[in-house]
Amino acid sequence: MYEKDGEKYFVVDSHMHYWDASPANWVKGQEQFAKGWIECFHAYMGLAPEETHWPIEKFMKYSEDDLMKDVFDEGYVDVAIFQPTYLKDWYTEGFNTTERNGGLSEKHPGKFVVNTRFDPRDGQAGLEELAANVERWGSKGVKLYTAEWKGDSRGYKLSDPEAYTFLAKAQELGIKNIHVHKGPTIWPLDKDAFDVSDVDHAATDFPELNFIVEHVGLPRIEDFCFMATQEPNVYAGLAVVIGGLMHARPRFFAKVMGELLFWVGEDKMTFGSDYGIWEPKWQVEGFVDWEMPESEEFADYPRPTTATKKKILGLNAAKLYGIEVPAELRLPDDTPAAPDDATLVEHGATV
Amino acid sequence: MTRRADVLSALDTVRDPELDEPVTELGFVSSCTVSAGGDVQVRLRLPTYFCAPNFAFLMVADAYDAVSRLPDVRATEVLLDDHFASEAINAGIAARAGFAESFAGFAAGELDELRVDFVRKAVLAGTDRVCRPLLAEGRSPEDLAGLTLGDVPPSADLERLRARRAELGLPADDASALLVDVTSGAAIGVQALPLHLARARVTRVNTDANGSVCRGMLSHRYGTRGEGQLEELP
Repeated sequence: MYEKDGEKYFVVDSHMHYWDASPANWVKGQEQFAKGWIECFHAYMGLAPEETHWPIEKFMKYSEDDLMKDVFDEGYVDVAIFQPTYLKDWYTEGFNTTERNGGLSEKHPGKFVVNTRFDPRDGQAGLEELAANVERWGSKGVKLYTAEWKGDSRGYKLSDPEAYTFLAKAQELGIKNIHVHKGPTIWPLDKDAFDVSDVDHAATDFPELNFIVEHVGLPRIEDFCFMATQEPNVYAGLAVVIGGLMHARPRFFAKVMGELLFWVGEDKMTFGSDYGIWEPKWQVEGFVDWEMPESEEFADYPRPTTATKKKILGLNAAKLYGIEVPAELRLPDDTPAAPDDATLVEHGATV
Repeated sequence: MTRRADVLSALDTVRDPELDEPVTELGFVSSCTVSAGGDVQVRLRLPTYFCAPNFAFLMVADAYDAVSRLPDVRATEVLLDDHFASEAINAGIAARAGFAESFAGFAAGELDELRVDFVRKAVLAGTDRVCRPLLAEGRSPEDLAGLTLGDVPPSADLERLRARRAELGLPADDASALLVDVTSGAAIGVQALPLHLARARVTRVNTDANGSVCRGMLSHRYGTRGEGQLEELP
């Protein structure tokens, strides 16, 4: 919980990690990819306030104590949602797996939501693993990294028939939320790997599932925004937007937030720190203080209110995951961010 | 004899297709050397090890073409450093192979379609750059629907928009409409106008935000200025 100027904010960090990218976990012969991946993440940390930067050694493998302190003791987070990314082609035990996250969650009851993942290329064994993970960890969400390398494969699309098999299975198992993370490779490599039209198809064909597009589709915010106006069950995951732009590029941060408020709407945007890339503390503090600039170039955009910030920082994600919010931290007029609650979206499409 | 300045000018014409900015200004040219005999070597660098390989390939290929077209260049070598696909890309460019051959088994075709998609985005973003000052001057969106390119006061942004439209085969002369559909080239009517302008705006915001993140990542990764790199505006 974060308190400022008499207002109290319930904070759900809907996108964070507990990874091990230390050299001891690098797959032999794949070291350049394991190293390249974590160095790329580390460069993103460079966009945060300097006093929050970590040396690469700590960044590769931070401790349980670091995480509990940064996220909960100092980061104001009430509930944190683990988003696993396996990358087992590069990291022997995985980059951050359901088991690794779940182990931490069991030690700190009530603090975490343990999402799992699936990979449509894993076939029957993958379907069984998904069922086992949902049962073992009570997962209500999955994180999908479509650019993950697997043998000779350079990724997949959500519209692939195999992906539909997994989405149907996930729904049958009680999964509600599909977090989609696009990366720089898919097959075939001549197509745009960041294209979000496959999410559009899947969201249409699985109306009971929510699709949270992580990093708001960056670097394709415009495609994501058009798509979100068409699909009532598509949400904007703000990881990277706040962490990557708010401090380093405040003008662009305001514009990106303005576009998201305009096209997607405040009921469908969720905060995620992307920890360990960025600590939540400065993000929560800065976001509560942030205001849309008044100059002409921002005139098209809706103005965020205190209620807007409360929704984005925690209330929207709490609804997606059924997280109990203490009465004093709710909004007085608490309408749910349900798939049919799409007034702003329709407004965006018809302006 | 080819001078280094000529090579850098040639590289100024090579753009990052996603960001629609010259690779020089972005800081992607880490070095450029010209021997007495006219052998040119250009080294390129990108913000991350995992930048999308298709766009990386286009930049290396375009740099090779731009440099080798210069008079008196005897041999051209363009190398991409520190990228997961450096080897495949550098070998492919050196062999004058296309993308599909350079990434055999991983690609289904060449990159022409991808390039066209991104020039269309550049036209949309450029439309916002040109229209915004007009709106700030007090013109209404409906006024814009009646304007031609010739009605707009000259500016670098207008020339850039014309050039991108011409690249796509869209009308780009003085008599053509300021606002056109980026696929068909048909003039945008008053009905479709608000959505068209909103799309142009968000496309530009996306491009600018990406460019800004890329510059931040590049600077964190290398900390040195590239050949012809421009300082980012605050």
